Amino acid sequence: MAEEVKLLGSWGSPFSRRVELALRLKGISYDYIEEDLSNKSPLLLKYNPIHKKVPVFLHGGKPVVESLVILEYIEETWEGDHAILPKDPYERAMARFWSTFVDEKCIPAIWMSCWTEGDMQQNFMIQSKENLSILEGELKGKKFFGGDAIGMVDIAAFFIAHWAGVLQEVAGISLINEEKHPILFKWIEEFMSSSIVMECLPAREGLLAYFQAKKEAIRATKAPVY
Amino acid sequence: MAAAGEEVKLVGGWASPFVVRVGIALHLKGVGYEFLQEEFGKKSELLLKSNPVYKKIPVLIHNGKPICESMIIVEYVDEVWASAGPSILPADPYDRAMGRFWAAYIDDKFPSSIRTIRGLNEEAKAEAAEQVATALQLLEDAFAKCSKGKGFFGGETIGYLDIALGSYLGWIKAVEKMAGFKALDEAKTPMLAGWAERFCSDDAVKEVMPEADKLIEFAKKIQAIMNAAPAR
Repeated sequence: MAEEVKLLGSWGSPFSRRVELALRLKGISYDYIEEDLSNKSPLLLKYNPIHKKVPVFLHGGKPVVESLVILEYIEETWEGDHAILPKDPYERAMARFWSTFVDEKCIPAIWMSCWTEGDMQQNFMIQSKENLSILEGELKGKKFFGGDAIGMVDIAAFFIAHWAGVLQEVAGISLINEEKHPILFKWIEEFMSSSIVMECLPAREGLLAYFQAKKEAIRATKAPVY
Repeated sequence: MAAAGEEVKLVGGWASPFVVRVGIALHLKGVGYEFLQEEFGKKSELLLKSNPVYKKIPVLIHNGKPICESMIIVEYVDEVWASAGPSILPADPYDRAMGRFWAAYIDDKFPSSIRTIRGLNEEAKAEAAEQVATALQLLEDAFAKCSKGKGFFGGETIGYLDIALGSYLGWIKAVEKMAGFKALDEAKTPMLAGWAERFCSDDAVKEVMPEADKLIEFAKKIQAIMNAAPAR
């Protein structure tokens, strides 16, 4: 493909990092444009007028938004190099189902566990642990959710492998540990040791500092982050 | 038709737009299936067993294997019965991405708005009606881009985005009557108004689209049950 590939993303966003991971797994070169989400660029507002969010993927100038939609687009456009979806229709449906589960159930519960307090926090923590157990069940003795290689569900679960750890430290809580989710814990180790994943992730110290600052800001103003 | 030895079951409810989606897809492909109507207010053993994560309808059970989430099921049906009938998903990856984007947008805006409009809070109703109007305006523009001059979002034949939006038409007509306002206005969204008529006249759609009057009756029934329930 000779057409231009661009990605509008944000350094700390797990969603734009997902797209970068997919592009790197497939060996697709792209121009990366960092967005300052507190001061959104005209480019971002032009290409994602409805949601005004990152990531925005541009192929030959045409925008695709919503990270899972972008992953499917990348998979369909650049066939052959490291498939992220299986060929079998049932397995594909399962991959789509679990990716959506990560987005709708796992990530919000983990995020809210880290930013709420008291009873609310307790409830989110219970939900998080339950959802993570359910997700863990899907590994079923495989190295990755995608089997022998990283697939769409693994890419979607990038947040769980990296951001979740940082957030738990900032909040001073434990959601995922070797004892409670041994299989998931092993998956995290395997996933995070991939050289391509390592290329793609925002530095832990940077994320930690960012979230710690955010927590201080919330404490200072007592404003909810959600 | 489902081949000999193929077993296709659809666990659902006649009034659910999400279930209607799957029904349309199966009819478009000429796939025979057994419809297992869930009893309102109760979840069957089969539903709980085949969708333990969300415990929701629809669930498609194909040769004993369950598939959940309506638009995921629609893609599955399109892939499995690819040679039966026209493609539901567009061929071009960019068009597919547009379809998936708009389907997610529709599911974000319509269900809660429809629920609010058929509820009791007048102020909230007006706001919800506004939301629906805004969404339909955006979808009118999307229709112009996707249809490329043809009759459906999918072009010549009903496709993924037609199913995603069209499945709500029963309820849209129902709340129009219940709340006394025009959601699909020929003046404001002429292309969508024409499309809606075309969509609802399709044979595959007629098989499963619930009638507005039956939905109104159903909505009244739900409201009565909710009113009778003890206050939370």
